[in-house]
Amino acid sequence: MTTRIVELRRGILKKNDELAAGLRGRYSAAGVLALNLVSSPGTGKTALLEWTLTELRARGARAAALVGDLETDNDARRLAASGAPVRQINTHGICHLDAEMISKHLDGWVLGDLDFLFIENVGNLVCPSSYDLGERIRVVLLSVTEGEDKPLKYPAMFNSADAAVITKMDLALPCGFDRWAALKNINEVRPGIRIFETSVKSGAGLEEWLGYLEEKRSRRVTG
Amino acid sequence: MHELSIVSSIVDTVTESLAAYPGARVVEVRLRVGALASVVEDSLQFCYGIATEGTALAGSRLVVNVLPVVVRCGPCGRDVELEGVQSFRCPLCGEPAMDLKQGRELEIEAIEIEDEAEVKA
Repeated sequence: MTTRIVELRRGILKKNDELAAGLRGRYSAAGVLALNLVSSPGTGKTALLEWTLTELRARGARAAALVGDLETDNDARRLAASGAPVRQINTHGICHLDAEMISKHLDGWVLGDLDFLFIENVGNLVCPSSYDLGERIRVVLLSVTEGEDKPLKYPAMFNSADAAVITKMDLALPCGFDRWAALKNINEVRPGIRIFETSVKSGAGLEEWLGYLEEKRSRRVTG
Repeated sequence: MHELSIVSSIVDTVTESLAAYPGARVVEVRLRVGALASVVEDSLQFCYGIATEGTALAGSRLVVNVLPVVVRCGPCGRDVELEGVQSFRCPLCGEPAMDLKQGRELEIEAIEIEDEAEVKA
């Protein structure tokens, strides 16, 4: 018997990465801006998307959403009230969305008919950071009720994001939210990231968020 | 807790590559895992024993080599290693640094196998 070392150098998530690269190509060819929204459970991803889908449609943009949860189609029903095409992905225990789930749930949708595709990930600040969904922009959300040190506790997720949205700013005062600490912590783990301070109740920061989406989308189209 | 799906993927990949080495038994699997890869070694080890049962990897060791984050510092003009993952600043000049060169790896580096094949010189 002999033992020997065989070099493999193989990515463990290679299959997902390849599928995600395929999706990225499809989004790009169709001119659709794909965004992956990640946060803890209860941060307000669905509430932000409800507002965003409704407002984008009112302004003539075509947006659709895929929403991931372990169980129930509650979020899809909430989002569908905007009039946008919405599909629920139930992962039945899996803690993240992966590229294969996205690919399956896009079946029958004509991406070329869309300007925006929002993917609301499963509420979890750990596992979704490893799974590329082919998105162009990863948005991490943090609510004022969660604590300003969340970025330091989950640096891998915040570091992988392209934009950060602080939600529930209307509750900042009652929660004793230290805005400067939150901004500092986000910047510490992801220097230079674009940050939006929002509330779907008061309307704070939402125009700026929408402006960002439109700016990214037009850059996408004009190349 | 996606370590189980990661370990399953390791088992699949290693089993596939064993096709080139009929009859071989796996002694060790070596991983390269970046500090930002969001996997916990203890959980990997725990899942590994379960997921490898009844496969060619059964009884093998899992060796996890954790790689620190390395970023390119613009002002210093060099790649620098960060001490942790909570501050993305150059340890030399203190400037924010986001140009990641290492830290997200999640790969099987190599396997050690045991078989009766002759080792070619």
